[in-house]
Amino acid sequence: MIEFNNIKKSFGDKVVLDGISHVMETGKTNLIIGTSGSGKTVLQKCLVGLLEPDAGEIKYDNVSFTEMNEEDRKLLRQNIGMLFQGSALFDSMTVEENVRFPLDMFTHDNMAAKLHRVNEVLEKVNLTGTNKKFPAEISGGMKKRVGIARAIVLKPKYLFCDEPNSGLDPKTSMVIDQLIKDITLEYNITTVINTHDMNSVMEIGDNILYLVDGKKEWSGTSKDIIFSENKLLNEFIFASEFLQDAKQMRMYEAKGKDMSGK
Amino acid sequence: MNFLYHFGKYILMLKRMFSKPENAKLYWKEFMHQCADIGIGSLGIVTIISLFMGAVSAVQTAYQLVSPLIAKTTIAQIVRDTVILEFAPTLVCIVLAGVIGSKIASELGNMRVSEQIDALEIMGINTRTYLIMPKIAAALVTIPMMVILAMGLGIYGGRLAGSASNILSTDTYDRGLMENFMPYNITFALVKAYTFAFIISSIPAYFGYHVQGGALEIGRSSTKSVVVSCILILLADYMLAALLL
Repeated sequence: MIEFNNIKKSFGDKVVLDGISHVMETGKTNLIIGTSGSGKTVLQKCLVGLLEPDAGEIKYDNVSFTEMNEEDRKLLRQNIGMLFQGSALFDSMTVEENVRFPLDMFTHDNMAAKLHRVNEVLEKVNLTGTNKKFPAEISGGMKKRVGIARAIVLKPKYLFCDEPNSGLDPKTSMVIDQLIKDITLEYNITTVINTHDMNSVMEIGDNILYLVDGKKEWSGTSKDIIFSENKLLNEFIFASEFLQDAKQMRMYEAKGKDMSGK
Repeated sequence: MNFLYHFGKYILMLKRMFSKPENAKLYWKEFMHQCADIGIGSLGIVTIISLFMGAVSAVQTAYQLVSPLIAKTTIAQIVRDTVILEFAPTLVCIVLAGVIGSKIASELGNMRVSEQIDALEIMGINTRTYLIMPKIAAALVTIPMMVILAMGLGIYGGRLAGSASNILSTDTYDRGLMENFMPYNITFALVKAYTFAFIISSIPAYFGYHVQGGALEIGRSSTKSVVVSCILILLADYMLAALLL
């Protein structure tokens, strides 16, 4: 569980996060949604310590991250996996070396044990047989899956994903979403996802935090969104007519009626 | 104010670079990789520059020494001393600032922009220690070696040019090399080499590590790092000469 209270962050005069409080639950896919510039990425960077919040407190399983010294943070970070928007794979390393890197750095296992673990996670993300390929030789979706494999190779307790579906086709996006969801349930980890993808919101959003101009506007589950009367949320999620129809359909489904209202 | 801001940030970067490695074996591997990259990667250009600077130095010295009262061995002495005192450490390091400096700045800049540095940070790795320290250490090991090599090749280049242009025989040249030799010059050149090696590696590392933006900024920081490194090398060159000679 990751709990944060009254997080504030400004860059010069520009207030990016304005007193955000929320709880990211264990074993659930926790989504941070909002328009571009609403503060999603800054919030996630504050949560993992890449940026220091100006005020507020962050707790990982009731232990204050904000008050931790650098050494304790380094230890905690070994329990954090992160999938970056651009995958952030090391271009000079093969897929296998990328995934093995955290094991090389933080474990004393022998090479056979490390390779076994690497193959295990590559199989989990459906990338068996790509060990010797370089990042430049694989597709965007495959890069994301390598990123996920690297993020989970040390069996983290917390998984952060920054726009995991950006630049991917709808089918690959669904595969990535399902993969993240499966991993979250299997390892019982706290997963935090920044996303713009409405399909992700509806399909895997167990706990959704909606930001507007650096403030918490709404929170709830994907089911709650259907019935939400929050104007800004509805304008953001159901921006097109097609999505508005989809909302109506979901509402009827949830109430056990058909499209004619019967 | 801008200078003080960057200077403070640079000092903080160096300070934070000193922390216990998470895994000494991987750090050693990275150090050896950087030694090969910086050292072997620059060997070709250092060899060519050194041979030619020695050769040009011999021909131009002979051109200026027109008096029959000056012994021909003086040419060898002048070539030896200019190569050891100035050409090998300073000229070679200015060229290396371009070759190695731009490589370090663009490599780190690209890692920053593509979030690879953030990925390492998230894993719990001190990126300054893992990415910058091996580069500086490798430069401190390999650049003085290349300067020593440049001294030898520069002097040899002068010998080749001297005999090829019929300026002086190889025997006369070798005799000149033995005359009035001051071993302190080698010490002075090595002090310069270590100082320049630190500048060549740490300044581009600073510019590359702190890149913000995209491809354009990587190019800009790479150029800026080479310019600043060259200016600092010349400044340090003057200060060391004033202090140590």
